[in-house]
Amino acid sequence: MNDVMRRSLVFSTFAVAIVFIGFIQSWNVALGIFNLCLISATMALGVNIQLGYAGIFNAGVMGFAALGGLSAVIISYKPVSETISLGGLGILICILILLLGTVLGVIVYKSNLSQAYKKILFPLIIIVVLLLLNLIGAPAVERIEAFEPAASGFLGGFGLPIILSWIVGGVIAGLVAYLIGKITLGLRSDYLAIATLGIAEVIIYILKNEDWLTRGVKNVNGLPRPVPYEIDLQESTWFIELCQNFGFPLVETSSIVVKLSYCFLFSIVVLTLFILSEVALKSPWGRMMRAIRDNEISARAMGKNVKARHLEIFILGSAIIGLAGAMLTTLEGQFTPTTYQPLRFTFTVWVMVIIGGTGNNYGSLIGGFLVWFLWVEAEPLGLYLVELITSPLSETNPLRTQLITNAAHMRYMMMGLLLLLVLRFAPKGIFPEGR
Amino acid sequence: MDFLNALALITNYILLPGFTYGSQLALGALGVTLIYAVLRFSNFAHGELMSFGAMICILFTWLGQSYGISFGVLPTALIFLPIAIGFTAIYCFFIEKFVFAYYRRKKSDPIIFLIASIGVMFFTAGLIRFIIGPSDQNFNDGVRFIFNVREFKAFTGLDEGFGLKTSQAITILTTIILCSVLFVFLNKTRTGKSMRAFSDNEDLALLSGIDPNKVVLLTWVIAGGLATFAGVLYGLDKIYKPFIFLQMLLPIFSAAIVGGVGNPIGAVVGGYVIALSELFVTFAYRKVLAYLLPESMEPAGMMQFLSTDYKFAVSFIILVIVLIVRPTGIFRGKTI
Repeated sequence: MNDVMRRSLVFSTFAVAIVFIGFIQSWNVALGIFNLCLISATMALGVNIQLGYAGIFNAGVMGFAALGGLSAVIISYKPVSETISLGGLGILICILILLLGTVLGVIVYKSNLSQAYKKILFPLIIIVVLLLLNLIGAPAVERIEAFEPAASGFLGGFGLPIILSWIVGGVIAGLVAYLIGKITLGLRSDYLAIATLGIAEVIIYILKNEDWLTRGVKNVNGLPRPVPYEIDLQESTWFIELCQNFGFPLVETSSIVVKLSYCFLFSIVVLTLFILSEVALKSPWGRMMRAIRDNEISARAMGKNVKARHLEIFILGSAIIGLAGAMLTTLEGQFTPTTYQPLRFTFTVWVMVIIGGTGNNYGSLIGGFLVWFLWVEAEPLGLYLVELITSPLSETNPLRTQLITNAAHMRYMMMGLLLLLVLRFAPKGIFPEGR
Repeated sequence: MDFLNALALITNYILLPGFTYGSQLALGALGVTLIYAVLRFSNFAHGELMSFGAMICILFTWLGQSYGISFGVLPTALIFLPIAIGFTAIYCFFIEKFVFAYYRRKKSDPIIFLIASIGVMFFTAGLIRFIIGPSDQNFNDGVRFIFNVREFKAFTGLDEGFGLKTSQAITILTTIILCSVLFVFLNKTRTGKSMRAFSDNEDLALLSGIDPNKVVLLTWVIAGGLATFAGVLYGLDKIYKPFIFLQMLLPIFSAAIVGGVGNPIGAVVGGYVIALSELFVTFAYRKVLAYLLPESMEPAGMMQFLSTDYKFAVSFIILVIVLIVRPTGIFRGKTI
């Protein structure tokens, strides 16, 4: 019973905080924060599966989230027929060459040729593939990127409903996680963290520089929405009547309705994932995972294939992070590769999981909620604190103005302090992992 | 003559920048490797320590400049480097006292140390942005070039040439001096030997009466000092950007691991390996080949393996290859 009490207490405190923001700032702000809280909680659930269930340190959260964002672009953006006719074929051939090269590489790796042959064949395959890509891909890419670079200059997407990208984002992230996991999962924990940190950086570099795919740093704007637009609501008669009947302000209500519909969609995802994770954790599979985490050697002695299980969990967690990334890009309606920073994505999500309690799904939920809430509210809070501290100084004092302009960065300090304090005084987090 | 021209080109675009950047990475990697050797964890906060040191140095440089202090042809920042080292060492001392000492007493898992270092990283990153702001700062006020490309061409009569930046000369010289001092310290002095003994076998070191707290504190102070050097030299050579240091963490870790974690010589070699291969792989060889090959074979393309945008990816690829093929690194570090 104690557990239930504790959970309801913490979650209702959070609800009060959101309602408080609703009254103090505005309901629009409160719902905006809550939507991102839901996305953060999704990411935290994904990381919790890796970090909590299996003890895998994935420092590449940012990369998988970005892959989710990429899939949102590819699925929902309408195809740009001109660029496809200009270079679509070249890109298609390149993808086929890449696939063929990978298959060839795997065949050589699995074959029973001697090591000496393999050492010659591998670089040969890589060089030939790179050469072919340069020969066929470079001119195609050049043609695509030269087409109206200010407005387009990329292939576009499939023009399908953006909701579909949530699933596709998960699948793409899962596939990439399979490749990465195959290479890096044998590594010791801190090497794994460094390697995944690197992979995430590489993914972001690719997204920033391959303009034919994502328009690079020029960003993709105006992704279609899964929910109605505010402007359409404001013009439809039923909505105007509704507002008049209840006496709501039209513009504000329309944006609240849009945010509520997002909130509804995200809540479905979070609840489904949460229930699935809880079921998985309580199942024999979950127990096996925790057994592997707590004592790898004895789990292996019981005949468990540790490497395969780790790969499984790495793919699963990364797919959920990819899904969350697609949700984030859907909410923002644009894809901006430069916003993917490790501090904001990877390490903040770690803080969420650790503060909530590693290994506990309730913990990941509340960790995602609370940490995102603090992340957003740190700005007004920091500003208030700085103004309080520097109030003896005059209005134009350079030190004061400097500190006030930088007050928003207090959030990093707060995250660090929070993580250090929790790690030191409550290492099991808000909700300790149950036995 | 053609050969010399090609050599001058390569010196200007690969060797000089490579050795400069390599020195900066080597100093960073030395800090990471020392912490690893003594405390057994990968310090994710090291990039921010570099940033912290550079920031203190910049603040004092501004203060000094407002009083009219200048170092002639050399950057003013060099005068205030010792003060910055002092501050960073004190900061490291507090980190050790308030964060890591507790986990050391408890003999926590290395992964707990790693998470704690991420907390320190967050805090330091916030502190830096809070004090100096997130924007770029250029604080190199000395003479820019010892000799530039034009002077070199006029002096030698070649078609191509290389210029030597003051910051490049300072970086490479400082690194040579620092590394020599550090190696003499580790190998010849009593304190250095006790540090190595502690890193080699903690229990034996304790038995022979080495004070662990002293060794750990000393390691932090040295790592902080090296981080300050690396941060200031990087800022002088390029520009000080608070967010670049998190990106530099990856090449620094790569350098430490490629050389062999826990091995100081490995860290230095690793730094140069990473920096030079980044430049060798992303350099466009067209002009060089035009000098070396007969005219009929002059290449049409840029002759570039990888676009310069993927510089950081190179260090990562090397890291992965080393981790798979030889996880202990070139010089057999203290791993696995």
